[in-house]
Formats: sequence, structure tokens, C-alpha cells
Amino acid sequence: MTISSAIRGRLAAATALGLLGLAASGLPALSQTPKAGGTVHVVVQPEPPMLMQGLNQNGPTNMVAGNIYESLLRYDEKLTPVPSLAKSWEISSDSKVYTFKLQEGVKWHDGKPFSADDVVFSLDKFLREVHPRWRPIANGQVEKIEKIDDLTVKITLKQPFGPLILSQEVAGAPMIPKHIYDGTDYRANPANNTPIGTGPFKLKEWKKGSYIHLVKNEDYWQKGKPNLAEIYWQIIPDAAARAVAYETGKVDVLTGGSVDVYDVARLSKLPNTCVTTKGWEMFAPHAWVTPNIAKGGPLANKQFRQGMMFAIDREFGKDVVWGGLGKLPTGPISSKTKFYSADVPKYAYDVAKAKELIKASGYKGEPLKILALPYGEVWSRWAEAIKQNLTDAGVNVSIETTDVPGWTQKASNGDFDLTFNYLYQLGDPATGVARNYISTNIVKGNPFGNQGAYVNPEVDKLFADAAIAPTDAARQELYTKVQKLLADEVPVLWQLEMDFPTIYRCNVKNLVSTAIGVNDGFKDAWKE
Amino acid sequence: MNLLQFLSGRLVKGILVLFAIAVLNFFLIRAAPGDPAQVLAGEAGAADAQLLEQLRERFGLNEPITTQLWIYIKGYMSFDLGFSYRQQQPVLTLVLDRLPATLLLTGAAFVISLALGVMMGALAARRAGRWSDSLITGLSLVFYATPLFWIALMSQIVFALKFGLVPNVGYETIGANYTGLARALDIGHHLILPAMTLGLFFTALYARMMRASMLEVAGADFVKTARAKGVSQARVWRRHVARNAILPVVTLAGLQAGQLVGGAVLTETVFAWPGIGRLMFDALVQRDYSVLLGVFFMSSAMVVGFNIITDLVYRIADPRIEAAS
Repeated sequence: MTISSAIRGRLAAATALGLLGLAASGLPALSQTPKAGGTVHVVVQPEPPMLMQGLNQNGPTNMVAGNIYESLLRYDEKLTPVPSLAKSWEISSDSKVYTFKLQEGVKWHDGKPFSADDVVFSLDKFLREVHPRWRPIANGQVEKIEKIDDLTVKITLKQPFGPLILSQEVAGAPMIPKHIYDGTDYRANPANNTPIGTGPFKLKEWKKGSYIHLVKNEDYWQKGKPNLAEIYWQIIPDAAARAVAYETGKVDVLTGGSVDVYDVARLSKLPNTCVTTKGWEMFAPHAWVTPNIAKGGPLANKQFRQGMMFAIDREFGKDVVWGGLGKLPTGPISSKTKFYSADVPKYAYDVAKAKELIKASGYKGEPLKILALPYGEVWSRWAEAIKQNLTDAGVNVSIETTDVPGWTQKASNGDFDLTFNYLYQLGDPATGVARNYISTNIVKGNPFGNQGAYVNPEVDKLFADAAIAPTDAARQELYTKVQKLLADEVPVLWQLEMDFPTIYRCNVKNLVSTAIGVNDGFKDAWKE
Repeated sequence: MNLLQFLSGRLVKGILVLFAIAVLNFFLIRAAPGDPAQVLAGEAGAADAQLLEQLRERFGLNEPITTQLWIYIKGYMSFDLGFSYRQQQPVLTLVLDRLPATLLLTGAAFVISLALGVMMGALAARRAGRWSDSLITGLSLVFYATPLFWIALMSQIVFALKFGLVPNVGYETIGANYTGLARALDIGHHLILPAMTLGLFFTALYARMMRASMLEVAGADFVKTARAKGVSQARVWRRHVARNAILPVVTLAGLQAGQLVGGAVLTETVFAWPGIGRLMFDALVQRDYSVLLGVFFMSSAMVVGFNIITDLVYRIADPRIEAAS
């Protein structure tokens, strides 16, 4: 059994830092000495439906519960795994066996000890049954998950599966207490209202509609952590009121996306205000317009889709609609995600070329509708801008509006011509990208699959082979090919690699130190 | 018709109306696209058929619609408003949890608007045509016509941000852990902006209605007769004009009182006030059927109840109504 070179390097670095007593977590060392204590007020919106992260992975749930629950690993901003509940791990030379050594002295919030039994229960039973992201990995890739001893767990794969090491983020594979959930109806368990994790903070009170109060876990396994005494997650439904709440000092942290984009620049200039776009590397939200290829007609024609790509002024979308936040994507994989390649056909804004391609596609003015994403004013403006662009290129297009449940139903059931979507890439194309392009993921009822029903056996094969290729180099080669192929085929119209800046008081230190930002960042944060 | 007969008749009608509303609500909500399982799965950014199936089973959505209706009606008949699987709590608990905040807000706005509106309307009517009448009428028109959310945001910017007089959002200072009188004062401080904002619209409405009604009554024959008999101006306005002019205002106040429990969606949203209006709005966008139905039912019951009370107040304010019935 050997440790892969990357992991060996990381372990060596972590050991060295550990010996120096600087950063037992493996995350960047601090230039200032953290101060213990203090309260931080943070905005969370909308209110999470629940905080039991094994059963719910909504954005707001993850933001709060990621500080209550923990997983085996955390990830730095370069997506390098660092220790969390696993203090070390080894990967066999055939890349099929992962052995995790657990931290000692870890306790659940109710005082019961955490052990390998909890890990096996979480990964092999609980999450396999209820977690839509872990389930396909557990069922498709994992041969067995076994306890070696109280502090050692072994995961044996059916074949090499590189993304496994990136799948242990807290929302993707949170550890669930076996003593509370085993043998119960998970979704009806009363403990769902009083989440018990191993994390640095414990739930003290949830005043529905007002705030969620987390307090420091005094028995936390990592001595000296967390620094903060308490966190109040405030629920303020209106974006403008959230901005005023920051300006009047009611809140210290505006999490990504919690204020309108046109307020970001103004708030950023306030005194004692820091802004960062870091902390989204794992998610790398990627936005696009999906043409419903299954409907046939012009949308099924590659030239027509390419014409639409040339017709859309994506720079305008980024600079004007999104206030300059984000970056233009070149294809299906974000530049923040592993295996990105820029070696693809490009689509600069060119109305003449768009008209030419649309004409060549045989388009005869069939009416098309853009189903706008009902996530607020910015998305509405974006739909209007794109409608104008497409109209200028000769496409007969109108906008269809609905509310969130209406969008979910229409988008899930293929009841649209063109619609917006944006999804997290989850660090690896095998888990966060392939799902939108492979034909096996054309599923009714799922708005986050291959919505447009794009079918290409070559794409299916490339994604399938890349997921299980034994080395990163082999994977890169296959992903480079599939990016080139997809950029030519344009199964969706890629619009933006989105940025969601976190705005916070500069005296809140070390808030964003991992690839999931505030979702697990309060462990290391402190207040000056 | 004596009072008992009157009341029992109204109650029977009220119960029938409530039953009809409850059934109608059940079907109306289900006519909207999407369901709670789809929304919950959709929000997670990852969903598969198995998850949807698990959620639908948990929400009871796999049962035939008639079974779902029967479970719902049967529950309501035993005063059980159901269970929100999304929030993992009984609907009654959720509603009761939000009720104090809503009653405080809508109640304060009700009292402010009724008192101010009636006084302003009466003053404007007595001084019809003078500058004070023009001022009150003009202000009423502005408050009536300006969108509530705009007033709410502007008041936050002016009174909370620029002058720092009041907090812009919330029910109380989070984390201050005040108790007793200090807490009551803190809540009162937070109440000022939302109550005034919500109250302004109704103040304008009452003022306009009171003014118009008083001017109409002031020209009536019985008022002229009173004046001809030498009754003092103050007494004419107070006893003869105001008392008769108040009836339309009572009707409006009854309608507003009926909506007290329903909350104020816009005001509660902009001021982050943790009331029933927000609970209802969130439930609507999440298709949380049981919560929506529960809130709708409570609101309907309050409207029906206050209609009965309004009818009773009519009989007191104007004895002719009792005589006629």
C-alpha cells in the first residue's frame, strides 16, 4: 500500500506544520495570533428548511450546518484535501483502496464518542439511502466500506475513481451519529430539529423567522478551536434591507449572493469592510442557458445553437447585468475546476456570424420562449438582455415567467424551449459536470440533470472513461477531448463562471480559508 | 330577532363558509405548479428519482387526492392543522410561534391607523376647504398611493441609516438577551418603523373615509334640524355627525381586524419581522401545503369572526339596525 505522490506531499507539509505547531488543520498559517471569544452576526437567506445536513443540502442549510457537522476531509482553495475527522489517509497503488485514520478523542455534541462505526454507518447506510450526491458514488463505485478498528475505516472501490478524494466535503458526506439514527425512520427522527454533529459549533437556539444561534463546542476535538464564542445567523428576507443591516452594524458578514450585485461595489467601499470572492472553489457555480434539444426543431440543430452563442453578448451580461462579477466560461468545465482546458472553439460576440449560422440552420422564425429563472431581479434582467441579443440576430423569442416551484416543475419535465440554470461543479467533472451532458441522466423530475436531453454516445463514453481513468494525466486527456467536443456541439449556451463575493468586517479574521468558504470557515475565524 | 338568535344564525353561516373555504383552498393550492417534494429536492441542487419518491412518500403526496382531502378535513375537525414535513414541526406550533409578532405589528398598526385616521378625517371635515384640510387630504392621498415597500425601504434609509434613530430590521436586538422591561422597550423600538409604515396606508384610508362620511352626514336633514334647535357646534359634530359617520369606518376596521392574524407579507418581509405573513409567503414559494392551508384557515376564521363582531358593533352604534332586523 502506497501513498500517492500528491497526498504524500500534502502529508509531509501537514506534518511539518504540525511539528511547528502552526496549523494542525493543514490550512494556511495565520500571520496574527487569533483571539478567543467574540460574537459574529451573519446573514443567511433564505431560512434553511432544516439543519440536519445528511437529509438536506440546500445552500442555506450547508452554510449553517457545515459548522455543526463535519466530514472526513476539508479542502483548501486549491482543492487539496486537508485533515478533518480523518487525520490521515492512504490510497493503494492500484487507486482502489482508501484507508482513513480518524482523529482521536472526537465526541458528538451529546457527549458520545465518535468512531469508525459512525463513519461506516454514515457512508454505507445513511447517506447511501438518502443522499442524492453520495448515493451514485456509493452504489456505482464502492465495493465495500469496512471498519478496521475503532479509528480506521477502509473504502474499497470497484475500480479507480479519482473524484472519491474530493467527495468528502461536509455537504457531500457529512458524518451522522449512528447511536441516534440507526434503526430509525431517518426523516421522522426528532433529532432532525436538534442536530448532533461533531463540529466546532453546536445549535443553541433556532428562533424561526429571526435567527439561528450557534455556540462554541467546548469539547471540540481540536484544542484551541473554534476561536469564536458564538454565531448568530440572521434571517433577513429583503436584499436591500440586508444591505442596510450591514451598513447600520446589525450584521458583520454578508454571505455570497445575499445582496444585489449593484450593491456590492458600494458596500465594498465602506470603512472596515473586506471583500473576497474566495471560498467558492469547490462549487465553482457555472451558469448557462439550456436549449431543449428533445423538442426538435431549430434547437436540435447544432448550427442554430452555435449561432445563438455568437448572438449573445456575454461580456455585457457579465459587466452590466452582473456588475462585472465573474468570468466568461469557455465550455462545460469551469476554469476553477480540475481538468479545465481552454483548448476549445470560442464564441466571441458576433451578430453577423450569428445571423449567418442561424440562416444556414434553416430557421424559419419559429417562436421560442426563454423560461426565466425566478431568482430575483438580476436573473430577470439577464433574460431580457439575452432576448434582445437573440432578437437582434433574427430569433423570434419571448420571455416566460413563473415562480420557483413553477420553474422547477417546468425545467424538470422538459416543458420549456430555453431556460437558465446554474450548478455547482463540486471540484471534479465526474461529479459536478458530467451529470448535465450524459444521456443516462435525462431524467424527468430532476431539474439538475441533462435537462435539454442532449445525446451523444461519444460524450457519454469520454465522461465514463475519464471518471475511472487511473491517473490524473489520463483523465486530463479525456476531459480535454470532451470539452473540445462539447464546445463545438453547444448542448448548452455557457454564460458565466459566477462569483458570489463575501462582504465582511475586516476585524473578522480568517473567515474564508477553505474551498467552501463560510460553509465550514467559522472553525478558523476569529474576531479582533 | 334577539341577540342569541342573531349570533347562532351568524355562527352556523360562518362555519359553513369556513368549510367551503377550507375545501377550496385545498384544491387551489394543488392547482399551482410544483409540489413541496419537488421544491425541496430542487433547492438542494441535486436530486434523483429516489429522493423525490422518498420525499413524496414523507409528505403524503403519493396518496390519492381524495385520501389527502379526507385526512386534511378530518384533522381540521379535531383542531389538528397538520404537520409541516419541510419544517419538521406541527403547523399549529409554527403558527402560534409567529402569532405574537404578527399580532403586535398588525395590532399596533391597527390602533395607530384607526386613532390617527379617525382624528385626521374628523379634523379635515370640520375644517373643510381650509389649509389644514388640504394638508390632511394631500398627505392621505400620498400615503394611500405610495407603494408600501417603497415607504418601507425609504424609512429604513432615512430613520435607521441616516439618523440612526431606530433599527431597520428584526423583532429585537439579536444577542442582547434583554429581559423584562428592557426587552419590552427593545421590541417597541424595533416595532416603530414597521408599525408606522403599515399604519400609514390604513391611516390614509380611514382619514379619507371619515372625512367623506362626515361631510355627507353634515349636510343631512337631521343635522340641520339639530343646528336649528340651537345645539352647539361641538355637540352637533360629536354626537350627531361623528357617530353617524363612523359606520363605514367600523366596516373597514372590521375588515382590517379580520386580517390581523393573516399578517402583513410586505411589511414583515422588508423589516424581517418574524410574523405569520412571512410564514405564509415562504410556505407559498415552497409549496408547503400544510402550513399554507393552516394559515389560510386561521385567517379565514378571523375574518369570519370579526365580521360577526362588526355586525354586533353596528347594532350598538346604530340601534336602527337592531330594530330593522
